[in-house]
Amino acid sequence: MSAVLAVADHRRGELRDVSYELLTAGRALADDVGADLHVAVISGTVDDFAAKLDRDGVDAVHTVDYGEEFDHGVYTQTTVQLATELEAQYVLTPNSVNGLDYAPAVASRLDVPIVTDTVALESDGDELRATREMYGGKVETTVSLSGPAVVTIRGAEWPAAEGTGDATIEAFDPDIDEDALGATVTGFEEVAGGDVDISDADVLVSVGRGIDEEENLELIHELADALEATVSSSRPIVDSGWLPKNRQVGQSGKVVTPDVYIAIGISGAVQHVAGMKGSETIVAINTDPNAPIMDIADYAIQDDLFDVVPALTEQFQ
Amino acid sequence: MKILVPVTEVTTVEDEFEIEGTAIADRYLGADLNEWDEYAIEEAVQLQEAGLADEIVTVTIGPDDCEQTIRQALAKGPDRAIRVWDDALADVDLLDVGLKSQILAAVVDAEEPDLVLSGVQSGDDSFGATGVTLADAVGYEWAAVVNHLAHDFDDDTASVRRELEGGVEELTDVELPAVLTIQTGINEPRYASLRGIRQAQRKPLEVQDLADLGIDADGLESALTLEEMAEPESETDVTVWEGDADETAAELADLLREKGVAQ
Ligand SMILES: Cc1cc2nc3c(=O)[nH]c(=O)nc-3n(C[C@H](O)[C@H](O)[C@H](O)COP(=O)(O)OP(=O)(O)OC[C@H]3O[C@@H](n4cnc5c(N)ncnc54)[C@H](O)[C@@H]3O)c2cc1C
Repeated sequence: MSAVLAVADHRRGELRDVSYELLTAGRALADDVGADLHVAVISGTVDDFAAKLDRDGVDAVHTVDYGEEFDHGVYTQTTVQLATELEAQYVLTPNSVNGLDYAPAVASRLDVPIVTDTVALESDGDELRATREMYGGKVETTVSLSGPAVVTIRGAEWPAAEGTGDATIEAFDPDIDEDALGATVTGFEEVAGGDVDISDADVLVSVGRGIDEEENLELIHELADALEATVSSSRPIVDSGWLPKNRQVGQSGKVVTPDVYIAIGISGAVQHVAGMKGSETIVAINTDPNAPIMDIADYAIQDDLFDVVPALTEQFQ
Repeated sequence: MKILVPVTEVTTVEDEFEIEGTAIADRYLGADLNEWDEYAIEEAVQLQEAGLADEIVTVTIGPDDCEQTIRQALAKGPDRAIRVWDDALADVDLLDVGLKSQILAAVVDAEEPDLVLSGVQSGDDSFGATGVTLADAVGYEWAAVVNHLAHDFDDDTASVRRELEGGVEELTDVELPAVLTIQTGINEPRYASLRGIRQAQRKPLEVQDLADLGIDADGLESALTLEEMAEPESETDVTVWEGDADETAAELADLLREKGVAQ
C-alpha cells in the first residue's frame, strides 16, 4: 500500500485550523491513488495532538516527541525519514509560513519536485494535477508533474475533517543529527497591539496601494469620519509606514469580521482575503474589473477611487 | 562579508487581458523588478553601509531583455551582477523551483557568499520556495519570511525575526552561511539616485550559460508542466453599480444607510 503523508502544523500548544483541512486534502489524494493516509505530528504535546487529529479518513498518526516548538531542522529530518520509511508518494504540508520554512528542504532532500499554495489536487496514481493561482490571483493555473512530490496546500480551501477516526497512533523515533540543527528559536513576540482594535469595528473603511500617496490618505480618513467607521488597510500601506501595524488586515495582520468592509484600491491578494473574507458585506471600489477582490465582493464599483470616495463622503455630510 | 541577492524580473499583467492557450497574450504583459527583491537589495545595501558587508552581487536568471531590470537593481547599490541564461532554458515554459535552485546553487558554489538575501516570493508565480530549496541544495542554513535582521553577526550568527501568521513573530538565531528570504516592510527601499543610475550602467554584468556553471543542459527540464490557465470564477453574486461616481456613490450610500451605518 502506498502512502500519503500529511504533516500537521501547530504553534504554542494549539493545532492550527489548516491542519484539519490538510486531512481532508490528504484523504482525497490518498483515495485517488489507493493509498493510506498517514499523519505526522512533530514536537509539543504530541499525544494530545494525535488524539485530535484522529478524525475520519486517517489511517495512522505518527507522533514525534522531540522538542516543543517548530524547528525547521527537526521537521525536515523527521519528515524525510518518515516519508522514506513509508515510501510516501506525496508529502503534504500547509502553505503556512512554517510550512514554507521546511517543505522545500524536504523536497530537496527527497529529490522530488515541490508545488506550493495549491487550491485543488487530483492524481491518477502517477500524474498529479495541481491548481494554483498566478499573478496575484488574476489567473488560476493547472500544473502537472509525474511521480512523487511535496505539495503545500492553501488554508480555507478544503473543509476541515470531522468525526472520530480509528487510526493507529504510534510513536516515531527519528534519528536527529543535532549538529545539523543550525537555526535556534529563542522566543516569540506579539506585535500589532495598541489602542485601536480593528477586529472590534462594525464598519471598516480599508485602503490599499491604489491610494498611491500618503497625503491622499486624508480622503480615506474623511470618509471614515463621515461614516463613523474605522480605518484599516492592506499590507503595503503599513509597510510604507503610513498607518501603524495594528491597522493591517490579513494573514500577518488581523482577522476582521465587520458588518461592512469597504475595500478601496485593494486587489484582494490571498493573504489579504484571509483576514476579511468573513465580513458580512464586502464592497469593493477598484478600477480593475479583474481584481480578485471583485470575486469575493457583494457589491462593487469599478471606478476611480479619487472620484468615488469624495462623492461618497459628500453623501454623508 | 559577501552577500548574494537573487533578483527576479517578474511578469506584470494589465487590468484587462486575454488568455491564449496556457498563457496571457503577450500584448498585456509587462515586466518589473520583483517587489520582495527590492527589500532584499535594500537590506544588503544597508549592511554594506554599516560596514558589515564588503561586496554585494546580484544574480538573475533571465534572457537579454531583463538587463534593464538588472541595471535598475544595480542602481540601488549592489557592486556587480550575474545573469544566467541558456537556449535550453528558453524552451521551458515554467521554470520550477527545482530548476531555479539548481542554477542558483551553481552560482552560490562559485561565489561562496556568507549571506544570500532573496525575496520571500516572486510576485508572478509565487512559489515562495526557491530560497529554502537553494539553502538546502548548497548546505547553508536558512530562515523563511524574515522581517527583521539584527545588524551584527556575533558568533557568525544572524539574529532574525520571522513573521508568522496573526501578528506573531518568531525570534531565531541562524548560523552563517545562510539564505534568508526577505519580507516586505523589513526596511524602506530607497529610490535610485541619478548618480546611482549612471553608475549602474558601468557596473560589471557578467553573462553565464549553463556550461559556464557546469550544468549539463541535456535532459534539463522543469518538473512542472503548465496544463491550463483560466480566470477564476466569482465566488459571490456581485452587484456591480454602473454610472458616474455620483451615481455609484449614491447607490452605495443607500446600501450603507440600509445597514444602519452612520445613523
Ligand atoms: C507571507 C506573506 C504575508 C502577507 N500578509 C499580508 C497581510 O497580512 N495583509 C495584506 O494585505 N497583504 C499581505 N501580503 C501581501 C499581499 O500578497 C499583497 O501584496 C498585498 O495584499 C497587496 O496590497 P494591495 O491590494 O493594497 O496592493 P495591490 O495588489 O498593488 O493592489 C492595488 C489595487 O488598487 C487598484 N487601484 C489602483 N489605482 C486605483 C484607483 N485610482 N482607484 C481605484 N482602484 C485603484 C488596482 O487596480 C489594484 O487592484 C502578504 C504577503 C506574503 C508573501
